[in-house]
Amino acid sequence: MSLLGITVAKTVVVVAVLMFSLVYIQWVERKLIAHIQRRWGPHRVGPHGLLQPLADAIKLLTKEDLTPPHANRFFFLLAPFLAVTLALLSVAVIPFGGDIQVGEVQTALQITDLNIGLLFILAVTSLGVYGIALAGWASNNKYALLGGLRSSAQMISYELSLSLGVVGVLLLAGSLSLREIVDAQAGHHFGVLARWNLWLQPVGFLVYLTAAFAETNRVPFDLPEAETELVAGFHTEYSSMKFAMFFMAEYANMITVSCLATVLFLGGWHPPLPQDWALVKYAPALVFALAAGMLFYHSGGARAGRQRLSMQVFGALAALAGAAFLLPRVGAVFSPLFWFGVKCGFFLFLYIWLRGTLPRFRYDQLMHFGWKVLFPVGVANVLVTGYLLARSG
Amino acid sequence: MQLILFLIFALLAVGSAVNLLWQRHPISSALSLIGVMGSLAVLYLLLGAEFIAAIQVIVYAGAIMVLFVFVIMLLNAGEEERTRRSLFARFLGLPLFVLLLAQIVYVVYKPSAGDLPVQFGGFIGGAREIGRALFRDYLLPFEVTSVLILVAIVGAVVLARSER
Repeated sequence: MSLLGITVAKTVVVVAVLMFSLVYIQWVERKLIAHIQRRWGPHRVGPHGLLQPLADAIKLLTKEDLTPPHANRFFFLLAPFLAVTLALLSVAVIPFGGDIQVGEVQTALQITDLNIGLLFILAVTSLGVYGIALAGWASNNKYALLGGLRSSAQMISYELSLSLGVVGVLLLAGSLSLREIVDAQAGHHFGVLARWNLWLQPVGFLVYLTAAFAETNRVPFDLPEAETELVAGFHTEYSSMKFAMFFMAEYANMITVSCLATVLFLGGWHPPLPQDWALVKYAPALVFALAAGMLFYHSGGARAGRQRLSMQVFGALAALAGAAFLLPRVGAVFSPLFWFGVKCGFFLFLYIWLRGTLPRFRYDQLMHFGWKVLFPVGVANVLVTGYLLARSG
Repeated sequence: MQLILFLIFALLAVGSAVNLLWQRHPISSALSLIGVMGSLAVLYLLLGAEFIAAIQVIVYAGAIMVLFVFVIMLLNAGEEERTRRSLFARFLGLPLFVLLLAQIVYVVYKPSAGDLPVQFGGFIGGAREIGRALFRDYLLPFEVTSVLILVAIVGAVVLARSER
């Protein structure tokens, strides 16, 4: 197979997985938030509301697509496209796993390995603000404009801290390629503790994570769409598919930022403990077996027959997946993906968890925190890391 | 392939630059300028300067132009009004333009022995080489420039501060 064919195949797979997670992260979020607030969440469409995303998509697609009469039509249309394109672009350079061998083809689990991969992601995220800013401006609505202005100011402010949080990792790895950054984190201290950048860069990690939450406009930094003050912020005037595109962009950005945190600080696809330990080797199979066991156990308590059946079906699928991990061929390919998914999922869970927990910042607090706390801490972290690295040679 | 890409993005850069002057609304002009920056970044990429291309996008398109757009949105700047062209522009504009064009043509076609034509992908220089050049060979100019920018910021703050 040619290089082009492999790249197209990889792109199709990554985009399919990304779209699937985009759709279902919203279901997970609604469910989790609901359970945090002691509600059921979506529960009507499909078993446990599993088909809710489909219903949402149909609803969004069939709604009337309104354009306000005094809006700037061209930019009003351009903004959501810009937002979603830029949000989906950065996943192209994220490495999900090491090299794999399928048949005669050897390829890396990554669409493309740029030697400036990290800068590419920073460049794409820095352009992402245009989608929101233009949406706010083109709507010709004061709430939308205020939302757009807020988001531009917020994203400029926190982008600096985001880059500063990453610099420490760059100094340690000595490379801008995401693959090389992950490779530098392979192996273990004292044979136990994984060589993650997290241990050497705890401050950088916290700075990155905080700035990343602000960059993606999520709670507690979701001021561009603060509904108590701004109706719906920058997307007040958007409806139907264009509104859905902003939604997709937001969740795609969340996924990108979580993947990047995994790659930069948590050692990418490398497991947390040495690979040859039995616990680590069988962990994916164990997790799926546990899930299957729980599903079968709870299916006994389900009242409706339909629910019992769906739980048993999903339990059987989980058991099958767990068994597949025991095959050496499948395990070798999917174990790195499993660990990557677990770490990435942790960050996504953190997003949702914080949304269910924290209130929103006030605008002056946001700016004060960004410039007078996060930014100096980031600079200090870079200086200390640089000094220590220079001393150790 | 590279030649085709070069032609596409060179045309895009020039087209965006012309559009920047043509458009009446400041936001349209600002976005055209972003188009110019983006096309230039691709041209750098074709020359093999990935680092400079990325920095071009991050710094110009991602930071400076965001501030431009931000200010335009904040001031809610309206459409530019076209006045009748000044006498100066009417009588001297065309001759000066022709002069500039002639200069460009002369520089481009000037026969010189030492100059080698630029090759696609011929630029060698990643982050490491550029960093070394900036912080070792050109350290003084680099630091002087940063002080100059600081002076400009202080000046802007002094000018913008309201009198008490």
